[in-house]
Amino acid sequence: MPIKSYLVHPHDGKKEELLQELSTMASCEVVPAQNMEIIALVTETETKQEEEVLKARLESIKSLKLLALVSGFNTPQ
Amino acid sequence: MQTTLTDRRSFLKKMAMASAIAAAASMFPGIMFAAEQEKGIPKNANLDWKKGPCRFCGVGCGVLVGTENGKAVAVKGDPNSPVNKGLCCVKGYHSIMALYGKDRLTHPLVKKNGRYVKTSMDEALDLIASKMKETIAEHGKDAVSIYGSGQWTIPDGYAASKLFKGCIGTNNVEANARLCMASAVTGFLTSFGLDEPMGCYEDIDHADVFVLWGNNMAEMHPVLFSRLLDQRLKRGVKIIDFATRTTRTSTAADKSILFLPQTDLAVANAICYEIIKNGWVNNSFVEKHCSFSKGLTNMGYGLEDNYTFTDKPEKISFEDYKTFLEDYTPEKVSKLSGVSVRDIKYMASYYGDPNKKVMSLWCMGMNQHTRGTWINNLVYNIHLLTGKISQPGNSPFSLTGQPSACGTVREVGTLTHKLPHGVVMNKEHREFAAKIWGVPAENIPSKPTYHTVEMFRALDRGDIRFMWIQVTNPMVTMPKLKRYRDGAKKEGRFIVVSDVYPTPTTDIADVILPSAMWIEREGMYGNSERRTQYFEQMVDPPGEAISDTWQLIEVAKRLGYEKQFPYKEETHIEEIYTEYRKHHDNIKHNMAPLEVLKSQSGAIWPYVDGKSTKWRFNAKYDPACSNGEDFHFYGKPDGKAIIWQRPYEPAAEEPDNEYPYWLNTGRVVEHWHTGSMTRRIPVLHQAMPHAYVELHPDDAERMQIKTGDAVRLTTRRGEITLPASINERGVPAPMQVFVPFFDENILINDITLDSFCPISKEPDYKKCAVRVEKA
Ligand code: SF4
Repeated sequence: MPIKSYLVHPHDGKKEELLQELSTMASCEVVPAQNMEIIALVTETETKQEEEVLKARLESIKSLKLLALVSGFNTPQ
Repeated sequence: MQTTLTDRRSFLKKMAMASAIAAAASMFPGIMFAAEQEKGIPKNANLDWKKGPCRFCGVGCGVLVGTENGKAVAVKGDPNSPVNKGLCCVKGYHSIMALYGKDRLTHPLVKKNGRYVKTSMDEALDLIASKMKETIAEHGKDAVSIYGSGQWTIPDGYAASKLFKGCIGTNNVEANARLCMASAVTGFLTSFGLDEPMGCYEDIDHADVFVLWGNNMAEMHPVLFSRLLDQRLKRGVKIIDFATRTTRTSTAADKSILFLPQTDLAVANAICYEIIKNGWVNNSFVEKHCSFSKGLTNMGYGLEDNYTFTDKPEKISFEDYKTFLEDYTPEKVSKLSGVSVRDIKYMASYYGDPNKKVMSLWCMGMNQHTRGTWINNLVYNIHLLTGKISQPGNSPFSLTGQPSACGTVREVGTLTHKLPHGVVMNKEHREFAAKIWGVPAENIPSKPTYHTVEMFRALDRGDIRFMWIQVTNPMVTMPKLKRYRDGAKKEGRFIVVSDVYPTPTTDIADVILPSAMWIEREGMYGNSERRTQYFEQMVDPPGEAISDTWQLIEVAKRLGYEKQFPYKEETHIEEIYTEYRKHHDNIKHNMAPLEVLKSQSGAIWPYVDGKSTKWRFNAKYDPACSNGEDFHFYGKPDGKAIIWQRPYEPAAEEPDNEYPYWLNTGRVVEHWHTGSMTRRIPVLHQAMPHAYVELHPDDAERMQIKTGDAVRLTTRRGEITLPASINERGVPAPMQVFVPFFDENILINDITLDSFCPISKEPDYKKCAVRVEKA
């Protein structure tokens, strides 16, 4: 059951839009930086496959410029 | 099983979020996140939020701590605090985790036949008192000493000073703030006659230009740095990083200017030369409010035991000063400092522009300097010549490193020469303190004894036989550490250490006392902007741990000073603070009453007629100004601030053929000083697990050293091997290396030099000569 954290960079001026989008996704938890165009993101999925699908979904979001992985944890099933 | 799994997942998610935030903090200096701590908390949590100051640096951010079932479980920046306005840095967010490390000290330990044996608190305190009595009887009062900290709360320091100076009658009271801001104090005293900044953090909201003098604010004062960045977004202010090494601060600044170690003295003089040459002097300000002086030069570096120095100030004229500055033309200084003529003129032009408000900020770079007092004076000179001082946005601002370096060390006066009000050398000051303390004035000796370095030398020599160390870790932080470690271990020395975790300093202790930490007790801290902040006890300390204040009171009673320490356990902090306020009961230093501190996020002293004085020496804001002019530097008898003639002099030890590099040491954002607390916070420890040596990429390439390779550093004091870091966190200039000191497994101070500023007695941790080799 992978848990991963990322730093997410939105395209210019798209932080709010990106935040909205990420907030609606069930496996995502977000904390926006207050003073910079950065969002801290934690994802939690049931399986490795599910995690890959989610990652592909994240990368297809239009307002998202860059997804930088920070940490990954695996919890027992 | 299900609950455990869910708990673990929720813990891991919190960890994951914390790592992302920690990474962001180091990648994007000044980045701020708010309220994420709360998100990890179960929805139905019944949290009790209480306010207090963060304990992890001198910025003094207001935090709200959430407690549940007797445990601190969450932290957030206090939106009502004018310091941080709800923001918090990575250390602040994780601060409560420092309370719950697995190896907290919970019971007193006494060394018996080489092994530590658990004892009761009463037995340990009895032993300490009897050892003190015995030492005084055998070796005299000056054989006992206390070494405290800028992390002492105000009542801790007050109780220590009263016990040692007032009751026992020795001036053997020092604190680790000697190692971090003593030069700031002597800088203030020599230039203005009164300690601590004239301005406050609100200056940040008004200044147009910020010049950071050897100050890596992005890592060391992250929340304040974020306020600078915020002003840049809002108002387009300029940030100039003037340093010896490229850091996170340099990359975030508008301009990074590098100078060769120690030559800041020359550059500051060159800026003054330019200001005068270009007619940028504020003549009416200088005429009315400044005088000129010079002092002794070639003072030495304090490398010998029992070194003494007393400056002999001499008045000079403005003309004399101008003649002196002829040696500091930008062209001459450029050759010495490596700073281009253009960059010297660039900095001078901002200071000289009457339409730009300038704030200078500094911390360890200027203070840990063998000419620390001088460089402080020189930066004040720039502000005095241009009249850019004591007004919103025009502010020379000396930052402190520790949460209460100002509050406990400078204001309570826990240094050998100091009293809460004034100095031990002054009869009236001694009498004043003695009256409040309820002791005969003769009890307080009129001569200072040992400053910190000399105190540890005295311990080594055997002049000091008993030392009580509270809230600090000198066996990691003393320069030329090996001598002082060996000295402390000698036969016939008795060392008491009060702390919260085992450290290299508890390793040399005969008695270890477990202390209540931060919000496990009640107290006050005083931050860099003269703000005193109160915090109540929010959770219970573990085991038998008690506050440092109460440890001192218990020992004082055992020594027979019940009359001077009559405080009740439930109310002692309030009683002590009320008594302490009497020392500062005047318009120039009045401290806010406790009710005020409890009701708001601290108050700035002088607190007069229910109001904080934000800008001292300016008649518009400061009721103590009484000369009928706009400004009044009332700390000096003639009401004038002093512009000092101070030359450039080389460092105590400079690179040569045998030791061709400069060695610079310092801190990192993740760790608080020696890491004894932050290294027990998993996310911070993982983010910065061990020390390293930063090299310039060209030097590394020449020696074929890659990041991670083992590098041997050798100085005249010894050698140490540690991994290389190239183009990572910071990049030193060519032929310079940098090592952080937080790692007790890689004790860089074993090889540093114990030279110090002869006036402030603060050691220079930034400069000594070192050989660098691939190991
Ligand atoms: S900047 Fe200093 S006081 Fe503020 S949260 Fe960080 S460590 Fe604490």
